Amino acid sequence: MDVDPVVQVIGASVRFAGDIALDGVDFRMFAGEVHSLMGENGAGKSTLIKAMTGALRLDAGAVLLEGRDVDLSTPAAAQRAGISTVYQEIDLLPNLSVAENIMLGREPRRLGFIDWRRTREAAGQALSALGIDIDPASMLSSHRLATQQLIAIARAISTDVKVLVLDEPTSSLDQDEVDELFRVIRRLKSRGVAILFVSHFLEQVYEICDRITVLRNGVLVGEYVTTELLRLDLVQKMLGKATFDLEQMTTRAPSATPAAAREVKVSAQGISRRNDMLPTDLDIYEGELLGLAGLLGSGRTELARLLTGIDSLDGGRLTIDGVPRRFHEPRQALRHGIAYSSENRKSEGIIAQLSVRENITLALQAERGWFKPIPRNRQDELSASWIEALDIRPADPDRLAGLLSGGNQQKVLLARLLAVAPRLLVLDEPTRGIDVGAKVEIQRLVSELAIDGMTIVFISAELEEVLRISHRVIVLRDREIVAQFDPDEITIETLLTIVAKAEDGT
Amino acid sequence: MTALTETERPAPTISRWRHFLVGKVAWMPVLAAVVILVIMLVAGQAYFGRFVTPRILSSLFVDNAYLIVLAAGMTFVILTGGIDLSVGAVMAFTGMLAAKLMSTGVPAPVVIPLMLIAGAAFGLIIGVMVHYFDVQPFIASLAGMFLARGLCFVVSLEAIQVKNPLVLGLQSVKINMGDWYVTPTVIIALLLVVGATWVLGYTRFGRTVYAVGGNEQSARLMGLHVARTKVLVYVVSGVCAGIAGLLFTAYTAAGYSLNGIGTELDTIAAVVIGGTLLTGGSGYLIGSLVGVLVYGVIKVSITFLGADASWTRITIGILLLAFVVVQRVIVARANRR
Repeated sequence: MDVDPVVQVIGASVRFAGDIALDGVDFRMFAGEVHSLMGENGAGKSTLIKAMTGALRLDAGAVLLEGRDVDLSTPAAAQRAGISTVYQEIDLLPNLSVAENIMLGREPRRLGFIDWRRTREAAGQALSALGIDIDPASMLSSHRLATQQLIAIARAISTDVKVLVLDEPTSSLDQDEVDELFRVIRRLKSRGVAILFVSHFLEQVYEICDRITVLRNGVLVGEYVTTELLRLDLVQKMLGKATFDLEQMTTRAPSATPAAAREVKVSAQGISRRNDMLPTDLDIYEGELLGLAGLLGSGRTELARLLTGIDSLDGGRLTIDGVPRRFHEPRQALRHGIAYSSENRKSEGIIAQLSVRENITLALQAERGWFKPIPRNRQDELSASWIEALDIRPADPDRLAGLLSGGNQQKVLLARLLAVAPRLLVLDEPTRGIDVGAKVEIQRLVSELAIDGMTIVFISAELEEVLRISHRVIVLRDREIVAQFDPDEITIETLLTIVAKAEDGT
Repeated sequence: MTALTETERPAPTISRWRHFLVGKVAWMPVLAAVVILVIMLVAGQAYFGRFVTPRILSSLFVDNAYLIVLAAGMTFVILTGGIDLSVGAVMAFTGMLAAKLMSTGVPAPVVIPLMLIAGAAFGLIIGVMVHYFDVQPFIASLAGMFLARGLCFVVSLEAIQVKNPLVLGLQSVKINMGDWYVTPTVIIALLLVVGATWVLGYTRFGRTVYAVGGNEQSARLMGLHVARTKVLVYVVSGVCAGIAGLLFTAYTAAGYSLNGIGTELDTIAAVVIGGTLLTGGSGYLIGSLVGVLVYGVIKVSITFLGADASWTRITIGILLLAFVVVQRVIVARANRR
């Protein structure tokens, strides 16, 4: 390209307490392009983004905006310079109106006082520039997450934005919402904004991005034009493995017991919960790996939470090993060997301020009761063996769990649940938001557990993943089970149509 | 397609009624306080007869002018999610300081600004502790409270009478309008409420107060002046405590080191009853005014009943408990969305 890049990062290096997070990385973006930054967790993606958006300072190197060295010392300074960010966890204020969320800090004023009419007008213009029609005077909290994200983008572009960073914008959106977001991205692109799109979803990256920059272990691997980079090559570059076949990532575990001999482990009859789940029947067989597929809000998480006693039933009943049970608290379910791993790893799973060892032994300790502490040497033994068994890295039991990468946090969480030796393990999106390598490892672990005879319910937004490792797949839609089948007898395209069907009707 | 309905609708023509309703959820607790106030007035009238009279309604304002001022300042602090326990003690201290200075012949026009500066100084210390040293607002303002109370005793252990005509005039001058009357203290308090309402609704500082209460981290990432705002709300509260000190001195015609013990809790109660969420980010100044009036009506009713004054606190306690529970329910329902 002949034009000068709008952003240029030269020789960026960052160290955290001795660990090299970025090592002399060069990066550039041009006006009017959608660029993707790819890499495994720990590759230095977020560090590079933070350096560009003023959330972090470089130890060495420079960030040039339109060829000039600008002040990027704080998020506010970066915004003034023209670099805005929309984070994964939308950083808006639910207690204020949409208009305020967009205009806060730069409201039009008259005689020093905010001119609300002009503020709303300006906010309305920012929204309509994106083709979004909502009332600027409405409260932010009255809108869905996807709309809030678009509002966050509207805020970002209501200044003279040159570079827009979207950090994992699609991780909690369903397909329609993603399409909507992409429409907005294309619109911005045509206005000459450089957009950095960071996502774990390869399909989305290939759909929307013009160029891809790959990082690995804090080092630049290369910059590629999307259409010239095969998906397989991209994954190879991210993982740095010479031979890597996506098709061979994991194979389905053979079932521990022949299908005919299986006993019903958990039987749900007409279980329901207001606003969450319509009356549903479901049998889960001993030793099977049951996959739950469905869109966000289809009831996949809600069903899991009902099965594991996280949420209490409004109606229906649960039978565990032939005995009817009623759970009011998760610990009652746990006592019957039913463990649940939440989709919200950060808020409902890992305890970031505790060490890896404490996180692993937490559930076991809770089961024993707090007055019978697990002896320290037993704790060390336990955590060391799980760290080894699940290949948790770094293999340091005393490191704070919050400092681990997403994939390793997921493993710690898994170790905690496995430490109590559950007989039914419900995993809600265990592979969400973690890099490809860790994903493969988690899938392999889950398969191995199934081989060992554990009954597992596996929930994932990625249909391909569900189809690949499950023995049986159940599809949820609009808070009820709509189909179930043998994964060998169905293609991903068919599954996709079943999952998405309701979207056409309404 | 469900996701697109919101975006593909033609030209924005939102009905006026929806426009009015949207975003008014935060007014619900204020409305609840108004309803409580009306119920109490009606019940008082029914039980005592001659309860809702211009005289008594006027006295509600006159007797609680200092509390209105304190509640206004406290609203700023609570809106950011903080708390200021120092206001009662700071009010007592500024009153003491003024009484002492005036008794040695310092003129009131010099003393009054000094009171405000003293209040602001306490607020500044607390604000700096809260923001820059990351001390819990509860602890920081508790320290401020002890400091101010201690300084009261340093100034004098005895009550100091105030004879300054300018200060006393704030209370003694009665402006009659038919059976209604107001004193300069009431005018000062109400002007302050109007001004503070304006600041909260129409200035960037005011909106940042709400933003900080909504989510401090988000406010920071939005590039707002979080640090400045967080310190400033305590300064506002401190200045209000200074003004309240002036009004209270005029009201009691003396400075006394044991004045205003527990007043900080009455203030917080009034603000919370008035519909401001203790978690911050939601509430209105006018609600705090209503909260003070509710407090005042309870006090008057207890006097009418001839019951022990401690019943005021008990009633306020029950009401506060009920309101906090209602707030939790509202917040919980909002989070369920």
